[in-house]
Amino acid sequence: MTEPLLSVRDLSVTFDTRRGPFHAVRAISFDVGRERVGIVGESGSGKSMTGRAILSLIRPPGRVEASRLTFDGTDLRNLPERQMRRVRGRRISMVMQDPRYSLNPVMTVGRQIAEALRVHGRPPRDEIRRRSLDMLTEVQIRDPERVLAAYPHELSGGMGQRVMIAMMTVTEPELLIADEPTSALDVTVQLEVLRILDDLVRRRGMGLIFISHDLRLVSTFCDRVLVMYRGRIVEEIEAQQLAEAQHPYTQGLLNCLPRIGGGQGDLPTLQRQDAWSHA
Amino acid sequence: MSAPPRIEVENLSVVFGEGARRVLAVDSVSCRVEPGASCGLVGESGSGKSTVLRAICGLAPIAGGRVLLDGQPLERRRSKAFTRQVQMVFQDPYGSLHPRHTIDRILSEPLAIHRFPRTDHRVTQALSDVGLDPAFRFRLPHQLSGGQRQRVAIARALILEPTVVLLDEPTSALDASIQAEILNLLSRLRRERALTYLFVSHDLAVIDHMCDRLLVMQGGRAVEELGKGALASGDVSSDYTRTLMKASAGFVRPAAV
Amino acid sequence: MSGVQTPPTIREWFATDTPRSRFQARSIAFWNAWQTLSSNWLAMIGLGIIVLLVLMAVFAPWIATHPPNAQNLPGRLNPPGWEGHLLGTDELGRDVFSRIVYGARVTLYIVALVAVTAPVFGLIVGTVAGTLGGWTDRILMRITDIFLAFPRLILAMAFVAALGPGIFNAVLAIALTAWPAYARVARAETLTVRGSDYIAAARLQGAGTFRIITGHVMPMCLSSVIVRVTLDMAGIILTAAGLGFLGLGAQPPQAEWGAMISTGRQYLLSHWWVATIPGIAILTVSLGFNLLGDALRDVLDPRAATK
Repeated sequence: MTEPLLSVRDLSVTFDTRRGPFHAVRAISFDVGRERVGIVGESGSGKSMTGRAILSLIRPPGRVEASRLTFDGTDLRNLPERQMRRVRGRRISMVMQDPRYSLNPVMTVGRQIAEALRVHGRPPRDEIRRRSLDMLTEVQIRDPERVLAAYPHELSGGMGQRVMIAMMTVTEPELLIADEPTSALDVTVQLEVLRILDDLVRRRGMGLIFISHDLRLVSTFCDRVLVMYRGRIVEEIEAQQLAEAQHPYTQGLLNCLPRIGGGQGDLPTLQRQDAWSHA
Repeated sequence: MSAPPRIEVENLSVVFGEGARRVLAVDSVSCRVEPGASCGLVGESGSGKSTVLRAICGLAPIAGGRVLLDGQPLERRRSKAFTRQVQMVFQDPYGSLHPRHTIDRILSEPLAIHRFPRTDHRVTQALSDVGLDPAFRFRLPHQLSGGQRQRVAIARALILEPTVVLLDEPTSALDASIQAEILNLLSRLRRERALTYLFVSHDLAVIDHMCDRLLVMQGGRAVEELGKGALASGDVSSDYTRTLMKASAGFVRPAAV
Repeated sequence: MSGVQTPPTIREWFATDTPRSRFQARSIAFWNAWQTLSSNWLAMIGLGIIVLLVLMAVFAPWIATHPPNAQNLPGRLNPPGWEGHLLGTDELGRDVFSRIVYGARVTLYIVALVAVTAPVFGLIVGTVAGTLGGWTDRILMRITDIFLAFPRLILAMAFVAALGPGIFNAVLAIALTAWPAYARVARAETLTVRGSDYIAAARLQGAGTFRIITGHVMPMCLSSVIVRVTLDMAGIILTAAGLGFLGLGAQPPQAEWGAMISTGRQYLLSHWWVATIPGIAILTVSLGFNLLGDALRDVLDPRAATK
């Protein structure tokens, strides 16, 4: 097998609080190739922290430790902030949950995309415009001219998230970390956004880390799923084999969802076991 | 003549704003819920499903139509007696509990307003009814997890012993495993107390699990009314419902080219 | 051993996250706030200054070395340290140190009286306007605007001129000019909580407007108002001093810091201590309130506390 795009070994994120250290992520290891990897877990499982740790976006009092954290051969640990900034945005991008908070409200969409493009070099104005329009078309925005001149509050949630994806992928990153990119969206819009992400992965050969709480959605969208519980990866499984998951936590997460036509009897609830957080 | 429905909404319309900014949030929606039944309102954001609930309990202005409780039309201002009958559970358990009131105060305040006797006993009883340890009684909301807070919100809604409970996405802010616990709790309480539910959710599976009947809403209008089992058998007539059903099944990879 | 319950120690009683009574829950909240506050040394300096002021006011007869109004014309305008006069004497030979000590009483009286009137009135106006909205809001807020539009000292002067000079009237004037700021703060805070689900829930439980305003809205506005009051205290002391300086506040021979500066002004170049010492006193107390107010903002701010 060829060298994976991203290789993580023993990644830990610890927060020093007044009541002692809090371990958000505990020594997890995984690889990501040019594929769709889902990280699933409930709130507090450390899934978002994992995404942020890769991009060194953890602020003090948080600490990140890893025995290996390489991206395409580059060691991301202890990379000076200047060089990290060059990796961030250009080679690895991140899409957050709610476009309303991650887009700048007082700048037009066009300026924000242009800003992203200027991260590397200073391409001429008409090229910036052409590439911005191309990118917006690529995320299936029908009237890119209008959207380019619009302010974020003039866009709907789904449109905003598309703009966000356009902004994060206009620099043609090799890896995209999407942290709950569709959770704030309606189901029908959700699927359109997923289709766009799917398209980008397949046509550009981009790697994708898809962080979500929605096991069912991840299982239909990703190639491989990492299930996290209390800062640990309790199971790593091919998405298509999710129904045959071994770990009781994964099974519990799948079973506790109501199903259409599942009857009105009580739903099986998850019986948490302490052993899961040690294994 | 048969008994009137517990709650009935007739051609309800809700309008926000005026002039150029006038928004018709709910456009003549009707539905009836029999005593002890559970009716679901399902739709995407902006469909007006939550606004229907808010209009019923007087939190949104009714522009047209009327709401009847046990066959009696409601007056413009909701009376104190109405609040004994109809209670609501909100979506966000972080926003629906006063951040500076202890659980004890949150639960005993409605009792004080309605002059219920034996407050102390009722509060401890309400906590145990929703499966919370009495030790939580003097905590503040921020010391509780999301699921525990939603349990407190449910306890608060039920402490006045209402007959109708309006549930506005009560589990959408919660993790899946916690959602299962809360849904089970709601089902059990409905069985035990013969409650009538009006359940709003964007999640078809949740609605199918919790309700006998459901109303699909889109853009302020009721698109379609479905009975029990219609979703499972795919016995739906509108395209929109079909789109929703397909979307909630998850992502389908386009065939490889 | 199991079954045997030892009564909790004080430390455990405060540290538990499962309080057993309303009283304990409230005590723990105060304890935690105190812990945060006491870890800020600037706040502790501020608090120390205020405590010192209070002690000085309470025990003035024992602390003062001379009667504050005892004149000694032969010994007038003597420098600090002269014949047992720690901080010198003023133009009538009165002991400056003793006058400062007794002046603390006046300052504290002004501060306390303003603190219990203006913010309370402002809080009521602001929360009522914010909660009820509509015409009530418009009328109350326009009245507030009118009061805000006048420069504070000028308005206070006008009131004092109408009511007659004196400490009580000065306090009244200051309170009348200080409340609009609190009304604004309280209204702004009310508008952010008015639409929240917990207010809607209270309404659905049949809570009346009075209960909602006093039980639900006011607790959310209280912290911002308290912080604002402590930060304003410096300004209030200065306004009181200003009125005293203009001869509209405390009347001679009463020892009041502003009035002391006013009379000392004439000798400022030749006998600096007469005006400078009360100036330092005003500065120190103002600083104390500001330091405490800054730290209180961090402790009480509901937005910071939710995280």
